[in-house]
Amino acid sequence: MNILVCISSVPETTTKIRFTDENKAFDTSEVKWIINPWDELALTRALELKEQYPDQVQEITVATVGGQWTEQVIRKALAIGADKGLRVDTEPKDAWQTASQLLPVVQNGNYDIVMAGIDSSDYNGMAVGNMLAEMAELPSIAAVSYLDLDGDKITVKREVAGGKETMEAKNPFVAIVQKGIAIEPKIAGMRGVMNARRKPLEVLEPVNAEAMTEFLSFELPEPKGDCIMIEPGNESELFDKLANEANAL
Amino acid sequence: MSILAYTPIRDGQFTKLTYELLSYGRALADQLSTELVALSLGKTEEDQLKTLAEYGADKILHSNDDRFEQLDNRAFSKAISQAAEKNEANIVLMANDFTGKALAPATGVHLKAGVVSGVIGLPESTDPFVVKKKVFTGKAFARIQVKGERKIFTLETNSYEITQTSKEAAIETFEPQLDEGDFTTKIIEEDKQTDKILLTDADIVVSGGRGMKGPEHWQPLEELAEVLGAATACSRPVSDEKWRPEEEHVGQTGKIIAPNLYFALGISGAIQHVAGVSGSKTIVAVNNDPEAPIFEVANYGIVGDLKEVLPNLIEAAKAAK
Repeated sequence: MNILVCISSVPETTTKIRFTDENKAFDTSEVKWIINPWDELALTRALELKEQYPDQVQEITVATVGGQWTEQVIRKALAIGADKGLRVDTEPKDAWQTASQLLPVVQNGNYDIVMAGIDSSDYNGMAVGNMLAEMAELPSIAAVSYLDLDGDKITVKREVAGGKETMEAKNPFVAIVQKGIAIEPKIAGMRGVMNARRKPLEVLEPVNAEAMTEFLSFELPEPKGDCIMIEPGNESELFDKLANEANAL
Repeated sequence: MSILAYTPIRDGQFTKLTYELLSYGRALADQLSTELVALSLGKTEEDQLKTLAEYGADKILHSNDDRFEQLDNRAFSKAISQAAEKNEANIVLMANDFTGKALAPATGVHLKAGVVSGVIGLPESTDPFVVKKKVFTGKAFARIQVKGERKIFTLETNSYEITQTSKEAAIETFEPQLDEGDFTTKIIEEDKQTDKILLTDADIVVSGGRGMKGPEHWQPLEELAEVLGAATACSRPVSDEKWRPEEEHVGQTGKIIAPNLYFALGISGAIQHVAGVSGSKTIVAVNNDPEAPIFEVANYGIVGDLKEVLPNLIEAAKAAK
């Protein structure tokens, strides 16, 4: 069994968000790039599966769409245990372009499970995994919070309003992954970092695909007013204010 | 031309999210001088279907096909695409819930449409078509131009006011052309609670952090939630420590919520947590550390020990009812 994990590079979660070029572009000048947290959950589970079922899971490949700058994140994925990296060499403008570039990767590879994060912490597009599944005409299961193997069987749980549904998945399929699927992210050791340098990182030429949406400009939220402090013991005053001042009850 | 809103059912009922979506769709249809068509897939009582008109639908399409009992991304997105094509809908709307997040991009592929997830209001212009959404998990907003003739939006939860009208609408049977191969997945077991207020639907959310000092102290938090008719939530360390189920985690990598009122009890307010709740209209924070960053985003704050403050909150909430 081979697993493909689609990953994207996003700013580290504590990054202060700033814009340049008259608010038309995200200021990347001081940004430290990490694997998108949801993609990292997917990768973590994929690596766990390979450890748990070494006879069944042969190879974990990570794929990203982006310029050379995204290789640092692929190297990180290789350092924590992925076997192979793929980078489609273009800067996508939206999820449609990203999924279109990943489509030949899926079609030309021999993957039993394709994994992608449910969201990305940069532009919150929430679309690549499901678009890719539909473009590749593969079955998909979204909001996956559990994935395990039992012989030939793949058991998946997805979160739905008010609970969970357990499903049996037939490979090949696309799992769009969310919180719960894995807990402890893997941390790269010295050896992992050294090994990553020798692992294959293939650069692929992009295919033609136009963007369907375009970011015009960005803005930061309005600063919020001061916090009104209430003394302990005066909790009824809080509820007065919530009812009459904030109109929140 | 028309606008198609996909209106999912939960246990035979339409939810607040659906009525919010229709209210938004109504306003958008008025802005574009066009018709709003609601689409319901799966068994639904006629009385329920009629409520869709009360929130703005001009026409209601309904399929009683048994196969829609289970959500399947391929079958549902194909059915929605067929309904859009049949009704010449250039805009398809869905809620930004688990269902909409899965089906909007898939439907986008079938219709070759521009997809924007988590739109927060009506378009600022329709030629060019420009909408606004949150980016960087609530830390900024973006204006996005949607190109091409067809567009699909998911509407961010709690971002549009629900408005009722006194309309009535015709209910039409819709029969999508789907073969067995379009139903690609199968559910083997369900574990759902139907009586619980959904975290993503709730007007009020009561949330606890590490300052709650252990799972055994959650009873008063749950009592406060019950008095207020609120859903319960927690911060990441709490779900990582398994004090509470991971479904309750709100924050950057958990659920993003935007209730009217959010209580942050014993939550310090790390940037990742705030990203998940910054859409809340009013935030109340209780923390024993006056320097906790949560007070920078809260509207009302109490510095104090939760052991004393929480019972007081329960009493005050009961009195305020």
